[in-house]
Amino acid sequence: MTEFLANLHYARWALSALLVIPLGGALLIWPAPAGTAKKIAFWVAILEFVMSLGLWWAYDPSGPAMQVGGWLPWIPAWGIAYRVGIDGISLFLVLLTTFLMPLAVLGSWSGITRREKGYYALLLVLTTGMLGVFVAMDLFLFYVFWEVMLIPMYFIIGVWGGKGRLYASIKFFIYTFVGSLLMLVAILVLYFSAGRAAGGVYSFAYDHILQYATLPMPTQFWLFGAFFLAFAIKVPMVPFHTWLPDAHVEAPTAGSVILAGILLKMGTYGFLRFALPLFPSVAMNRTVSAIVITLAVVGIIYGALVAMVQPDFKKLIAYSSVSHLGFVVLGIWALTLQSVQGALMVMINHGISTGALFFLVGMIYERRHSRLVADFGGIARVMPAYAAVLTLVSLSSIGLPGTNGFVGEFLVLLGAFRTHPLAAGIAATGVIFAACYLLWALQRVIYYKLDKPENRGLTDLTRREWGVLVPLVVVILWLGLAPGPVLRRMEPSARHFIEAVQGRAAPAVASARLP
Amino acid sequence: MLLDLDSGWGLLRAALPETVLSAWAMLLLLDAAWHHKEPGAQRRAGMLALVGIALAAAATIWLWVSGAQVAGIPTSLALDPFRFAVDLIVLLSAALAVLFSVDYLEREAIRIPEYHVLVLFAAVGMMLLAGGEDLFVIFLGLELMSVSVYVLSGIDRRSPVGGEAALKYFLIGAFASAFFLYGIALLYGATGSTRLPMIAAQIGPLGLQGHPMLLAGLALLLIGFGFKVAAVPFHMWTPDVYDGAPTPVTGFMATAVKAAAFAALVRVLLGGFGSIHVVWEQVIWWLAAVTMIVGNLVALAQRSVKRMLAYSSIAHAGYLLTALVAGSMAGAAAFLFYLLFYTLMTVGAFAILALKGRGGERDVLIDDLAGLAETHPWLALGMTVCMLSLLGFPGTAGFIGKWYILVSATGGGYTVLAAILVLTSVVSAGYYLPVVMAMYMKPSTHEQAHAGVLVPRLTGITLAVMVVALVVFGLWPNRVLDAARDGSHAFLPASVTTIAAPVPVAN
Repeated sequence: MTEFLANLHYARWALSALLVIPLGGALLIWPAPAGTAKKIAFWVAILEFVMSLGLWWAYDPSGPAMQVGGWLPWIPAWGIAYRVGIDGISLFLVLLTTFLMPLAVLGSWSGITRREKGYYALLLVLTTGMLGVFVAMDLFLFYVFWEVMLIPMYFIIGVWGGKGRLYASIKFFIYTFVGSLLMLVAILVLYFSAGRAAGGVYSFAYDHILQYATLPMPTQFWLFGAFFLAFAIKVPMVPFHTWLPDAHVEAPTAGSVILAGILLKMGTYGFLRFALPLFPSVAMNRTVSAIVITLAVVGIIYGALVAMVQPDFKKLIAYSSVSHLGFVVLGIWALTLQSVQGALMVMINHGISTGALFFLVGMIYERRHSRLVADFGGIARVMPAYAAVLTLVSLSSIGLPGTNGFVGEFLVLLGAFRTHPLAAGIAATGVIFAACYLLWALQRVIYYKLDKPENRGLTDLTRREWGVLVPLVVVILWLGLAPGPVLRRMEPSARHFIEAVQGRAAPAVASARLP
Repeated sequence: MLLDLDSGWGLLRAALPETVLSAWAMLLLLDAAWHHKEPGAQRRAGMLALVGIALAAAATIWLWVSGAQVAGIPTSLALDPFRFAVDLIVLLSAALAVLFSVDYLEREAIRIPEYHVLVLFAAVGMMLLAGGEDLFVIFLGLELMSVSVYVLSGIDRRSPVGGEAALKYFLIGAFASAFFLYGIALLYGATGSTRLPMIAAQIGPLGLQGHPMLLAGLALLLIGFGFKVAAVPFHMWTPDVYDGAPTPVTGFMATAVKAAAFAALVRVLLGGFGSIHVVWEQVIWWLAAVTMIVGNLVALAQRSVKRMLAYSSIAHAGYLLTALVAGSMAGAAAFLFYLLFYTLMTVGAFAILALKGRGGERDVLIDDLAGLAETHPWLALGMTVCMLSLLGFPGTAGFIGKWYILVSATGGGYTVLAAILVLTSVVSAGYYLPVVMAMYMKPSTHEQAHAGVLVPRLTGITLAVMVVALVVFGLWPNRVLDAARDGSHAFLPASVTTIAAPVPVAN
């Protein structure tokens, strides 16, 4: 396979093709008749997924360097170019995105009935935006993708969302916008600093800025703050999380899946790619790191507790995201090989499991037009297959051994325990809480008595719904039983990340050591 | 090409665009008088005005391409790319005003062919403002522009708010002119000249850096400009005047008038007082900050689209002032770039608003646009692009413009001002997005809500070209960036000495 791809020069054009194909698909939808929009979108997304599979082989896990590149001049006057590439961190986020998109299209099949063309075109544009964020190796390009993907999401929530969609969509937009614009100023300050240090060579290339930018400590602190805010809002970390429940609840099913599955990962990806490597001495400063880890742990516990009392199933899952993403942040800041790899695993697992949960909620919502846990009960009798899948996915979200969820959270806790035993100890209780809120909700939805007459007529999963769920279930089991190949591909990049951060912040982190 | 401005021919060639345009405007005035009673007179005058604008633009481009320069000592008229660039922006704005007005005036039954003549005269004034190197030429341009625009804003005689707007604008304008003139007098007293290069040359040798008369003169001049560009706290007249004037005129005022006054301000500050950048830097800093904050916050409270756009244009004056603070060439280039696309997006927004409204469009609320995307998808798309561009969203030219301003500000060390700019931009999302939200996400109030919205062909084509330009240059800005940089070469660092010293990044 590797040889075959090399013969095709796959590495040269793969990423650019992945960015262009969805845009082409969106343009194709424009003149097409309304009924075919979803078919076009589906096949474009499938094509995208198949194309991206090559990355698995084309990626060479032996080193941490950026691979499968692409370069084109864009605005030479400012040293801006189209630069893309992937490493072991972004590889899986790209694959996660291309994997979830066909499912998202398929999952919208019957739920979206108005203005279909616009909806599917926006989904495809969104794909380009999200992939762009993960592969951009130029800070300007990164910023552009980071912002551009806001607009399709804003419309998807605002046009096809639920009752409170207007409020939710503008809140989502403005929250993200605040953080990202401050990051823009920070990027510019870095650019000028790096340009001066490089003797007048001004460039937004990631490597260039990473190599040359040198700033006095107080300035670094402010810049880190700007980056951190942008990413923390996106993750979202407590106390910047309030946009998330609104956006999730109001968004259509596929919107929620993408939001939870991919968009939230952009925040943690930003930490891994930008905030920590660019400002290691600030990030690993004792006080700063204590604050971040505290916020992460608070997020884990708070998200779980709030999820427990939600009457709305969708909101429950939304808050569970806050909890799960807390593990990711904890894993990143604990800065050990296991914890960072664990964080990466949680990012993927959360995309799969929570995505699947949102699909499942969407399916009963389409049947009953209610998401309240109390409106259900005992539906395992009428929907046995649905109940089985929901149980499996919930267990994976809780982190039962044998499912994907276990691998990630276990590694995070294991790694974090070495450097931050107290935080890891408290975070571990989050897993217990997760079992509480999910199992309890599960019990109330699918077990107990079938006492609501309107639930008696519910039909079980359709073929299309099976089509959405089977791939997710397969991945859940695969990652749970044999995570080795994935972890192997992540390892060099994770190790490189830790070395880079520790190496540059050496004086500030005496306590954290590489295993 | 070297032109000797002391000789008649040299001066004529140097002032060719202005000469062509004024001569054409006078001929057009005659023609309008001749055909006044004919039904199509207004449209005919509009088309002829476009020809005049095209001729003037051709003359400007000829001067720019042939690399016209002043031979010997600079005199009253500048011959540099900055002037040509601003001239072209002004002519573009005038052309757009004419293009949109032709259909608009027809619809509103304002049968006044002289309307287009006034636009041309205003444009001549603006070009003098952009090119004047003598404070008196600048003043002449200011008055020629202002008087024409006073009349334009009250052109609809049947509309009482139009009359109010014209009177208010006139009174405030006269007030501002008085400040301006007094400033010129004081500067003359301090330096013995009204010519900017002479003033610049005198400051150093005469040791005038802190001279009270010079500073007072400059301050009065700044107040005069402050009124014209509608910077806070000299903006009080703007909303009422913009609101009362016919919408295409409002678009013209919000872009060309502002552009020309700004261009003169840039020339005065960088060309005349570049060596005392330290003195005016703080003043402009605060003006920019206050203008951005007040403009954006007050715009947030508006429900009428037209008033919202009026306040948003105040906010944009703040962004333009930010480009100026650094007093650098990058700032001047950013200024030119932003000005061009600000013109396109603002005129576009006003033009689309004019299609929706009737009788001055004062009563079009943001919620009245609800459901526009269902009935007029292309119009809604155009408005969305304009709004996103005004917001400075990536993928539109407005973003590259704002980005350039940020580059010039952070490059000069004004990080705090840059932060204020982006934070107030976030605020602006709070009033630009509701327009998009209304069009796409709210159902229309009743079936026939947008039945009266017809897009005449000329207006439609012009709008389409503008919207495409906003997106295309948002993605590939290189050509325009090069032109803007060329335009900024009028202010070589030799005349702007203080910016060379890097200012430490403020916390």
